[in-house]
Amino acid sequence: MNEPIIKISNLCKSFGGTKATNDISFELKPGEALGIIGPNGSGKSTLINLISGFVKPDQGQILFKGKNITGVAPHKIVNLGIARSFQMSRPFYNMSVYKNLIIPISSPRARKLRGGKYGDLDEAAIHLLEEVGFERDSQVPYKEAGALPHGYLKRLELARCLALEPDIVILDELFSGMSMSEIASVVPLLERIKHEGKTLIMVEHRLTELFKIIDKIIVLNFGIKIAEGIPRDVMTQDQVTSAYLGSEVETGA
Amino acid sequence: MRTNTSQRKERIDRGIKVRSDEIFVLASMRDLLYAIWPKAIVILAMLILPLLKDVVGMYWLNVLVTTLVVILLALSWDLLASAGLVSLGQAFFFGVGSYIAGYLSFRFGWSPLFTIPTATLVGALISALFLYPVLRLRGIYFGLITFALPLLLGRLIEATKVLGGTEGMSALPPLPGITGKLYLLMFIVLLTLFGFRRLVSSNYGLVLQGIRDNDRAVIAAGYNIQWYKAQAVFIAALPATFAGAFVAHHFQFVGIPAFALDYSILPLTAVVVGGAGTFIGGALGAVILMPLSELLREFGSLRVVIYSLILLIFSVGLPEGLFKYIKRKYSQIERLTTMEEVKHE
Amino acid sequence: MVTNFLIYGLVNSAILMLSAIGFSLTFGLSGVANFAHGAIYLTAGFTAWMLINYLGLSPLVAMLITVVLMGILGALIYRIILMPVRGIVLSEVISTFALGVAMIEFFRWKGFVSFDFSLPPFMKGGIDIIGVTIDYQRLIIIGIAVIMAIFLWYFTHYTNTGLALRGMAQDEYTALCIGIESDWAAMLSLGLGAALAAVAAVAILPLGIISINMGYDIFLIALAVSVLGGLESTLGLFVGSLILGYAMVIASTYLGPQWGQVVYLGAIVIVLAIKPSGLFGKYKELEERV
Repeated sequence: MNEPIIKISNLCKSFGGTKATNDISFELKPGEALGIIGPNGSGKSTLINLISGFVKPDQGQILFKGKNITGVAPHKIVNLGIARSFQMSRPFYNMSVYKNLIIPISSPRARKLRGGKYGDLDEAAIHLLEEVGFERDSQVPYKEAGALPHGYLKRLELARCLALEPDIVILDELFSGMSMSEIASVVPLLERIKHEGKTLIMVEHRLTELFKIIDKIIVLNFGIKIAEGIPRDVMTQDQVTSAYLGSEVETGA
Repeated sequence: MRTNTSQRKERIDRGIKVRSDEIFVLASMRDLLYAIWPKAIVILAMLILPLLKDVVGMYWLNVLVTTLVVILLALSWDLLASAGLVSLGQAFFFGVGSYIAGYLSFRFGWSPLFTIPTATLVGALISALFLYPVLRLRGIYFGLITFALPLLLGRLIEATKVLGGTEGMSALPPLPGITGKLYLLMFIVLLTLFGFRRLVSSNYGLVLQGIRDNDRAVIAAGYNIQWYKAQAVFIAALPATFAGAFVAHHFQFVGIPAFALDYSILPLTAVVVGGAGTFIGGALGAVILMPLSELLREFGSLRVVIYSLILLIFSVGLPEGLFKYIKRKYSQIERLTTMEEVKHE
Repeated sequence: MVTNFLIYGLVNSAILMLSAIGFSLTFGLSGVANFAHGAIYLTAGFTAWMLINYLGLSPLVAMLITVVLMGILGALIYRIILMPVRGIVLSEVISTFALGVAMIEFFRWKGFVSFDFSLPPFMKGGIDIIGVTIDYQRLIIIGIAVIMAIFLWYFTHYTNTGLALRGMAQDEYTALCIGIESDWAAMLSLGLGAALAAVAAVAILPLGIISINMGYDIFLIALAVSVLGGLESTLGLFVGSLILGYAMVIASTYLGPQWGQVVYLGAIVIVLAIKPSGLFGKYKELEERV
């Protein structure tokens, strides 16, 4: 099966006068891992919002497993198999961690795909928390989500995505705010997600860590895709370095 | 180095609360009583009250009916708020229920036994349909439209003279029996109270609370939140439309006053005073305020002034509401402890 | 007949716009829907009346003082009532709503209900325009409405204070980061809104007597105009008042007097259901839901 699992063609989106997404196209094979990088304001989050349906594009098309999902409502896209995390991950603060997971675990898709695999919701939730690194017998799942430290919240966000049994997992700056050791503990999990055949899309700033996981990257700047390829090739291109570091201003003479 | 001792307040749970909170094991009769007696007393009181009708008199029984009606409207409000929808117009649901019941019996001669259930269900359905377009908006827009709707409907009826116009529909068939009526009303109140509390703490209710706290995350979990909000409106409307239908047959009259601002303000005040989000809070608020309101009746317009001042003071001064305050006091001990502040010089 | 209709429709539109301008300013600049807007309007009327009749001040002076007093009242309302609950939309709405009702019903209880309660017009008499007799007061209302609209537009687009307030409305966090104090800004927008309500009151009330129910009606009218025109849009305010102004005149003339109310209440419901950002509202993506 060499059909791309997701194909983005000529995606455009403007907010007022600003073109946040300017004619972006790319495609991914099932099981590929993509990194989307670029300086701040380059349109990475808008691209994620477009793919996941939270924002409707002005032009362009998104095909998921051959199906046209352009303009489809976000909750339907989730149920088709694309899960995303949020950059500003806000859990349901007043609920326990465990209850935070009940909501995605009970979603239509998750219920259908899980079938009777875990017996009941509780077991499914505990299992999921274990997968992302919460110890089974600890008290953490019963604590209020608002009381969790940042690294745990990020992992909860990841658990939330995995609960949906997605085909594509989109992570919006998962590593932001995590310490080196926290990232190190999450990387095996991401490897396992890839191993299970899921397609991964990660928007990141922490390039070193990102490059260890993904197969290829796309560089955005001012809404335009300025480069695509494997990290080693892409990072040496002029337009990429100048996008991140700026170019020298030519002095007179 | 200087040490300053000063005092701060600390709150710790009472022992009995800690033991009985995760009610897996009730270690003693005392624990059991602690958990149960508040609810038992209320239910007992409600069972006994209608039997006292000869002692208490029709006037106060009417006050009881009004109080129970306001409780229903407050419970309805609380469920909507649990889903993040703030209603400033409970009168809308009330009036819709009232008019449907009134029309069915006025025009077609139906008995209350049929009009009330029909008005309740159809009324809730109509309400959900009417409000569906604004469910996709956030924040204050739901409040604004619920505020304007009952006023609009009232003026429309007045202007078009349909459904009885300014005169309304009168001489509607009554509900049989005074005690029977009261028990029916109380039953519905208790059903709604316990039912809604159950609903909100269930997994379904969790989704509604999720919508209130972070609707994007619920969308990202694959739920059609518009549909869930519509369900919440329907379910929340049921006690309110029932209340309207009941009152239509209790006073045997339906008119434009069914959409009066009072029916929006009273439950709102009850909930603000008693505490939003707890369901019992609204009931507590209503139980305190309605009899109080009756006692103030002779003051005319001043009554409304006092009412709104109470609303104002509570919404700003005690936003958590009386119920949560009392519950906190019941379950926690507050005391002053000394703390040492070490100042380095 | 037609010219009569055109002119009086215009007057009505001016009245609507004046009534709404304070509310729209406050809502647009601080996000607070001031449910006490109508109550402030009413209070302004009674304050001016008391200054004229109890203190014997000249009408013009009394009216100016009233505007200033109401401005201070607006700022105080924020400082005392709204500041503790800032950000909790429910409490903001409930508290201003409760305050509004309390104020309005207070006047009713105190017996401010009779034909004695009226304000003198700025100028007595009238002139003829295209065969239509129109009194000076109504012309003055149109004039004041236009001036206030221009002032509003200029203030929010060109003065530093106005731009700061707009910045707050669009992105509070960023505005805080560049040194605009949120509370001060909100106090200012409420004070200005209240002062504008007072201007409307002293201009419009001379047309008739001060009736207590105006407290509620003015708020609903302001809401209708703001919702129809779109928030934070002076053009919207303008067009919204024109549309509603003429619609109300048509409705009350051809259908009956109560239909005027139906028009503006219906406008609120219909606009919110179909296009909540109104005709010219800018914050579609921010205010509405996906």
